[in-house]
Amino acid sequence: MIADIARISRLRGSRSLNFLSSKALGASVVLIILVPLFGVFAGGFLSPHNLVNIALQSSILLLIALPMTLVILTEGLDLSSGALLSLCGVVLALLLVAGYSIPVATLAAMAVGLLFGILNGFCVANLGMPPFVVTLGTLGMAQGLALALADGNAVSGLGPEIEAFSAFRFFGLPVLVLIAIAAYGIFHLVLYRTTFGRYVIAVGGNAEALRLSGVSVRLVHGAVFAISGATAGFAALCMIARTNAGHPTIALGMEFDAIAAVVLGGTSFERGNGWLFGTVLGVLAIGVLRNGLNLIGVDTSLQLVAIGALVIAVLLVERLASERSV
Amino acid sequence: MTETTEMSAIRTFRSDAGAPLDPELRSIIARFVVLAVLCAGVALLNENFLSVANFTNVLRQASLLFLIAAGATLVIIAGAIDLSVGAILTLSACVAAGVMHATGSSGLGIATALAIGISAGLANGILVAGLRLPPFLVTYGMLWILSGGALYYMGGIPITGFPREFRFLGSGFLLGIPVPILIMIAIALAGSVVLHMTTVGQQMVMMGANRAAATLAGIPVRRNLICVYVASGACAGLAAVVALGRVNSADPGMGDPLLLPSIAAILVGGTSLFGGTGTLLGTALGALLLTIVLNAMNLLTIGSAWQPFATGIVLVGAMLADAFLNRRRS
Repeated sequence: MIADIARISRLRGSRSLNFLSSKALGASVVLIILVPLFGVFAGGFLSPHNLVNIALQSSILLLIALPMTLVILTEGLDLSSGALLSLCGVVLALLLVAGYSIPVATLAAMAVGLLFGILNGFCVANLGMPPFVVTLGTLGMAQGLALALADGNAVSGLGPEIEAFSAFRFFGLPVLVLIAIAAYGIFHLVLYRTTFGRYVIAVGGNAEALRLSGVSVRLVHGAVFAISGATAGFAALCMIARTNAGHPTIALGMEFDAIAAVVLGGTSFERGNGWLFGTVLGVLAIGVLRNGLNLIGVDTSLQLVAIGALVIAVLLVERLASERSV
Repeated sequence: MTETTEMSAIRTFRSDAGAPLDPELRSIIARFVVLAVLCAGVALLNENFLSVANFTNVLRQASLLFLIAAGATLVIIAGAIDLSVGAILTLSACVAAGVMHATGSSGLGIATALAIGISAGLANGILVAGLRLPPFLVTYGMLWILSGGALYYMGGIPITGFPREFRFLGSGFLLGIPVPILIMIAIALAGSVVLHMTTVGQQMVMMGANRAAATLAGIPVRRNLICVYVASGACAGLAAVVALGRVNSADPGMGDPLLLPSIAAILVGGTSLFGGTGTLLGTALGALLLTIVLNAMNLLTIGSAWQPFATGIVLVGAMLADAFLNRRRS
């Protein structure tokens, strides 16, 4: 009886939380406050050149944040994706230097990402290990491998093919932005229009119910990490196109921006509630924050402090909101 | 039905009583054996390994790793996690270095490092225990806030050169033994006494094993959780003092490479990530094992880029071994 009441009140709490988070409150507030503020105080913020810059930066972050949303929906966490992106970039760059074509090199980078993703997924899903520690371990492995493969330096001299690729535009939209839009479309379809997507949403909310209805929860848990790894491999192509080199430490810490974007976008760690488009807003919020602070001359170090404080603030608001509604 | 459960309960009780060693002692002995085999193997590959100079160096390095992992071990035993220890070390070391440069006082430097460590731990504890936010996310966010703060404070210029009496804690000798090793022994002893012989220590183990049951039993779960986070911050502050004394320079990147090894040392030492079991002696052995592996790589002139790779392998390997051994036992 008491348990029933507790369950009902918890359901109510989660519904009102759902309402709050479906608005991606954190990201919306940040965007609504910051865009006019930077527009007035940060010179050149609203110039077309700078807006394209934000879009380019955000498109790579989105490629990491989309699979991160799936991982977090299943109550997991992937700390390895930034290091993995760097490693895949080095692999891709080395293959391009060796004379392989872009598609072959990209597939190889995705295969490397997939392998790491499967290792993460196996440890988390089959062995029941905490995801943040497993992926901390694979972070170290990927980082070391990237440094060793690149011998500590950036791999450059990638040839004209990749330059032509990064210069490609369609109706004025840079290729990276097109890729990001397409990636969002694919993830949206997978999450909301397939059985697998339904399972992903259900695992976070109630893994036990899903298990009882005969679904392999392990497979779902493992698959999201594999997707995360493979997508990091693909994101390496975009990173290479933007920087024209494979740098072994370039994306270290990018997983933090991605996690922050997902949290700002209203996806909750504890209940498996989330909204994929909220992640897009979260990525834009992080992009705007970093870009605007750069323009007004705030050091990168303080940007880290600001994003960290923002994440904790959003968690606090969510906690207070869910407590009030219970 | 009831009879059989009773029987099996009696049987487990008997086999427990009949077993020569309790599991914690057994796991410590197993780690000593692995350590001995590892040392023998490395000594065969390279004759410099067993030299006094190299072994002192290994012990010093291991003591720093142990100091940063000791408090975090308590946090994990109590059923939470602290991912911010490396960043706490960085900020404590940087600000303490700045204070010493400005005032020239070693005492003030040590006090600053400890105060920053304790305050950061307190902040973690209040957010996790008081406001019930997810520990890994809070301490992960804190990691970036603290290391961002350290980067900003230093402004890209390292601070070097500290008073001699301050450096004594990191690089001095007492009765022929390096001071960091003495500090490590003192912390290991004090922590073990608290963990195994006091009520608070037993409460930590219980709340790590079963938080809900501990709450129902009236254990002050929140207060204890704040205590372990403060202990973890204080240990990181102390580790900052030792690190500063040893390398005689502070830079905002000094704590970053320590997070992964410290978690690896805890896991290799046999502390379960799910809380409720673990020892500080195990963490000390884990730190020693990991340091020897990295030292052997150095001696065999394997590039330093492979060190995070090896640490990651050790961490994932320790978890795999743990999972398979547990599966076989159950």
